[in-house]
Amino acid sequence: MNAANLTLAITAGLVIACGVYLITERSLSRILVGVVLASNGVNLLFLVASGPAGGAPIIGLTPADRMSDPLPQAMVLTAIVITLSVAAFVMTMAYRSFQLNGNDEVDDDVEDARIAALAEADRTSDSFEELGFSDTGEDVVSE
Amino acid sequence: MNNLLAAPVLLCLLGAGITFLAGRHPLLQRTVSITAVVAVCAVAGVLVWLTDSTTVVLWVGDWPQPLGIVLVADRLAALMLLVASLVSLAVLIYSTGQDRDERRRETPVSIFHPTFLLLVAGVSNAFLAGDLFNLFVSFELLLFASYVLLTMGGTTERIRAGSVYVVVNLVSSALFLVTLASVYAATGTVNLADLALRLGQLPIELRSVLQVMLLGVFAIKAAVFPLSAWLPHSYPTAPAPVTAVFAGLLTKVGVYAIIRTQTLLFPSQPLTVLLGIAGAATMVIGILGAVAQVEIKRMLSFTLVSHIGYMVFGVSLATVDGYAGSIFYAAHHITIQATLFLVAGLIERVGGSTSLDRLGGLAKLSPLLGALFLVPAMNLAGIPPLSGFVAKLALLEAGVEVGSPLAWTLVASGVVTSLLTLYAMAKVWNRVFWGTASDAVVANARSYDSPDRGRLLPHLMVGSTLGLVALALVFTVAAGPMYDYVHRSAVALLDRSYITAVLGGAG
Repeated sequence: MNAANLTLAITAGLVIACGVYLITERSLSRILVGVVLASNGVNLLFLVASGPAGGAPIIGLTPADRMSDPLPQAMVLTAIVITLSVAAFVMTMAYRSFQLNGNDEVDDDVEDARIAALAEADRTSDSFEELGFSDTGEDVVSE
Repeated sequence: MNNLLAAPVLLCLLGAGITFLAGRHPLLQRTVSITAVVAVCAVAGVLVWLTDSTTVVLWVGDWPQPLGIVLVADRLAALMLLVASLVSLAVLIYSTGQDRDERRRETPVSIFHPTFLLLVAGVSNAFLAGDLFNLFVSFELLLFASYVLLTMGGTTERIRAGSVYVVVNLVSSALFLVTLASVYAATGTVNLADLALRLGQLPIELRSVLQVMLLGVFAIKAAVFPLSAWLPHSYPTAPAPVTAVFAGLLTKVGVYAIIRTQTLLFPSQPLTVLLGIAGAATMVIGILGAVAQVEIKRMLSFTLVSHIGYMVFGVSLATVDGYAGSIFYAAHHITIQATLFLVAGLIERVGGSTSLDRLGGLAKLSPLLGALFLVPAMNLAGIPPLSGFVAKLALLEAGVEVGSPLAWTLVASGVVTSLLTLYAMAKVWNRVFWGTASDAVVANARSYDSPDRGRLLPHLMVGSTLGLVALALVFTVAAGPMYDYVHRSAVALLDRSYITAVLGGAG
């Protein structure tokens, strides 16, 4: 585990960077490509983590000191399966969004924008109450 | 006895399989899923009792240690599991009541139960996971279930909310994987106990990078400011039971992971300043967001973010009392936040809306609903003698004991947040339960109690909500023994008996 593979590390970094760039897009289909790229980059990173390449880790086929580390490969396998299902889910969601809105863009928060607009205009929402204090102890909340 | 550890996950997965196959038989689905979750509650109860004397460890598949997957339950994990499963049970019963009475449902019932059980399986596995990769897998399990639950029905609103939620979580998952690869490259293991030993030998710079990466990943899941913006955007649109279980469980899994990794893996270098600032900002900014909202579910989402800050506050102190306060707060908050979202569902049912602008006079229409809201709302704000007060008091005392300027800032933010929470809850109370009901609200409430719309407040929905309110009251009454229990678990976190318990034989 001492000699890390520099080419592999740089490639992984590049692929992840491209993925991250695409994830910052608005369209879900571009985000999907970004996610797939990023997770493939991460899978490469696991290969870096597993150290120098060796033979198949099967007892009897490769002497123990020349085996490659099987654990990161098992992790990569899990990650690949997860990416597959992520891709399927995001594609479904993008298609559903396209069916409903005619595009597959990730929208802004509508309610948040509404409240921000109220604040901008320096107005209160309908639920705002003027509080008046009376000495007589009658209605203190004016509706 | 150790085999018991696999039961929560296996029971839920088995139940998910059966309910998936039984999609056309709603009654069978309900019976199976409720049985499964009741069994998980029972197992969790036994685990709480067992772990108080010893940490329970199960090496799955009998691989040579520490290579295989290991499940570990100490006091912290068992307590979280118990509270989480009780809340899931209540939510499940609530949603069953809803199924029975609402004929015009937009939710395809047949996939609700299997997905819900997968979510509970993921949450249970996350609490019990003894290695980082297993923790990652359980996060994926619960996230995938949550994607499906959140976008259920595929309406415009839910797809909009869902896309933000999914993208944010995909990014955090990718970040988690990068962290895992780096941890493995640096140490050659992902087993938590083994990592705790090996990380100590790394140079401090490398260790700090790994620590901050792990914290970042879990802070996204836990919705710690500034990584919290996704939560109020995505939670409110889901159906009430789904939001309740998300609010109760998902963020707390993140908090649990922060507590576990920070204490076990990086005991010598708590990120006091970073976590302290994040905690104070989460509390204050979250609650200021809540005060501005006019929609109950959104307001509750903001209070959820804000109160995560309290747990971060306790962790940032890095003292026994701080951790104990955080754990107590997490257990209390899982219950109370889920209850409030369930009540919001009932408010929507009675009033036909969750907007403060449209509601009013519900206390007259349904006094029971008023009581159901008031008790947990006061509990959330921390009115004595409820458990919210006990939890906040524990944290504030821990903060005062540390006494640094940052700790005092945290104490002050905690008090301000508590007061503003009270303000927000009082605002809901005034607008929703007092005043006069508008014609639309009255008409909506009157339309129930007829054959086609069912009862205004179905027994199962009210019963399960009452159960959760009562659970929070149990925390209040049993606060003494419970605080002793979390105190013992906090002591165990700091003396790191976890490592010897897990690696005992293999050394």
